[in-house]
Amino acid sequence: MVFLFRLSLLCISLGLAPLLQAAPLDIKVGFIAYHPDQGPVLSNLIPEAADRGFKGAELGLNDNNTTGRFLKQTYSLTSKLAEEPEQITQITQAWLNQGIRLIVADLPAEYLAKVAVQVKQHRAMLINSGSYNDQLRTTECLSNTLHTLPSRAMLTDALAQWSNSRRLKNWLIIKGSETNDLAYAAALHRSVKRFGINIVAEKTWDFDTDLRRTAQNELPLFTQTKEYDLVVVADERGDFGEYVMFNTWYPRPVAGTQGLTPVAWHRMVEQWGAAQLQSRFEKLSGRWMNNKDYAAWAAVRSIGEAVTQTRSNDAETLFNFITSDKFQLAGFKGRKLNFRQWSGQLRQPIPLIQPKSLVSQPPLEGFLHPVNELDTLGFDKPESNCTVMFASH
Amino acid sequence: MKALKFPLKPIYPALLGCALLSSALLSSPVMAEKAYVSNEKDDTISIIDLETMEVINTLDVGERPRGIIFSQDRSKLYICASDSDTVQIMDLSDHSIIAELPSGEDPEQFALHPDDRRLYIANEDDALVTVVDTQTHEVLAQIDVGVEPEGMAVSPDGKWALSTSETTNMVHWIDTETNQLIDNTLVDQRPRHVEFNKSGTIVWASSEIGGTVSIIDVDSRQIQHKLNFKIKGIHPDKVQPVGVRLTDDGKYAFIALGPANHIAVVDAKTYEVIDYLLVGRRVWHMDFNGDQSKLLTTNGISGDVSVIDVNKLKVIKSVKVGRYPWGVRIKS
Repeated sequence: MVFLFRLSLLCISLGLAPLLQAAPLDIKVGFIAYHPDQGPVLSNLIPEAADRGFKGAELGLNDNNTTGRFLKQTYSLTSKLAEEPEQITQITQAWLNQGIRLIVADLPAEYLAKVAVQVKQHRAMLINSGSYNDQLRTTECLSNTLHTLPSRAMLTDALAQWSNSRRLKNWLIIKGSETNDLAYAAALHRSVKRFGINIVAEKTWDFDTDLRRTAQNELPLFTQTKEYDLVVVADERGDFGEYVMFNTWYPRPVAGTQGLTPVAWHRMVEQWGAAQLQSRFEKLSGRWMNNKDYAAWAAVRSIGEAVTQTRSNDAETLFNFITSDKFQLAGFKGRKLNFRQWSGQLRQPIPLIQPKSLVSQPPLEGFLHPVNELDTLGFDKPESNCTVMFASH
Repeated sequence: MKALKFPLKPIYPALLGCALLSSALLSSPVMAEKAYVSNEKDDTISIIDLETMEVINTLDVGERPRGIIFSQDRSKLYICASDSDTVQIMDLSDHSIIAELPSGEDPEQFALHPDDRRLYIANEDDALVTVVDTQTHEVLAQIDVGVEPEGMAVSPDGKWALSTSETTNMVHWIDTETNQLIDNTLVDQRPRHVEFNKSGTIVWASSEIGGTVSIIDVDSRQIQHKLNFKIKGIHPDKVQPVGVRLTDDGKYAFIALGPANHIAVVDAKTYEVIDYLLVGRRVWHMDFNGDQSKLLTTNGISGDVSVIDVNKLKVIKSVKVGRYPWGVRIKS
């Protein structure tokens, strides 16, 4: 009897399988962003694109739908820019009430944490495409949450790896005094220890003169310290950092947030089929693809890959698949990408770019890791308190 | 003087004839085998003489030439000039470009139907396969496929045209009678190349990022086997299969493993990997000479072509060509 019962179950499941495969599936994704005011800066910046992130998510959705039409899977995207921080949780709550269970967010860490709480209550999934915050990957672990944007530690580790391999082992660090600059400087300090770099001096830029007139006078003196091999700048919003290059006391290269910069993505990445992604993006948006666009694209594409493989639109099923070792994403960075099972961080090579060329793309050969070379960048398992987890209340 | 003149007369033409004959005999194998190599970043085609293994000519073609194939009679070479958005036709008797076909945007790879007329072109930027008549130069059809179509193959019986899409991760099955997409086979990440076996019963599809080659049964369109590769001292993520070539005798499959800088030699019957041959850096595609005793590989980063002795399974030579060689075809 038991055998017959099992046999009939088997027959049912075999019979159902093709039907299940052919069943149409709707996948709804929400993309939310908040762009806090960066405050006044000294340099006349090239403004960041107002639709950063949005176009990346849109391209990811188009890519998913092109695939989905062969599998009867239809993806839809609802995007919103919060004008004020209070709107953030209102928008996401409305989406959750409407049944959206897959949310991609370009938000500062404090707001991301709030959305993560809502998301958890609704058995939904959140992907961070906008915060570089290291604590989100180590101590302030958010459940139901993945990160496609690299952490600051991944960026600075990539820079330190390169710096070590080029024997530029003595750094002068110049930092701004904004919260993000201090966070970047903290990440530099961690990388310095990991990759055998010495800090010969560290200075905070707090001058308030207009550097366009006086950079040549002030910066050489400001950078007159014990001799260094590399000047590393921590100035995320580009307040003074743009003026450091060619104005240092010793004629040395400049890296960090300006000069040679570690990034998630840049127009100069063109190998490994990236040229195709770049041209698809330019056709869609009329501009270059940036870090936030790439992270949003990778988030939406990760959802798409998981849907293709699991034939499901259930957030928990997708989350578990994405964080399993079966998941792989072709992310145009020369190797398959997947997520760390502790922090939920997307492992990825980090391009080091200068405005018109790709200089290097760590992890570099010779920096070994027992499991995965990509884990030489950012917080490895023993350094993080987090474990990926999907909670439903 | 007079006496001498006469007997020489019949000898001259005979000598001349002998000279012509011997030069024809000597040079026929030299004339016979030439490899055409497309250099992606030089916008040129290098021609290698297979007898001397030297580059004997370098021809300017359209921008970013990648996929190249011969017409069935091997009198013409079709060239995907990706950045010129065209397929050029080169007359191989004088190396002139005699026509440019409307290929759709960014053509990368293509395949010619056994009828010698229908050319199936993958348009990477537009998620399309364009079908062009090589005689009338008309676009016969455009078929929607997945994101970034790249690999193209037509079955030996001409019934199927297959396309792989790199971001959708599928092999798309197009019925060549109706130009309709009939089915899709999901494969591993970033499928780049498809190759039919000689009898057309099996298709080999390489997945660059997945690091695998799927062996697909043509009747059921299902994967019947998946090949994995392991090379000592090379991280598995760097093993990225691209080009695939099969010997006509059904003995071997050669698989180019990209940045792993090796060619995998696979027993085409048991699907066992027999050997890994070290070639130049970032190996893309391959072609056999006429009797399949030699296999040439294009090595993108090192800018050269490796020559493999198929019987001994040994790399015997490398030939410097242009920058980023991509496609190779041998005319015998």
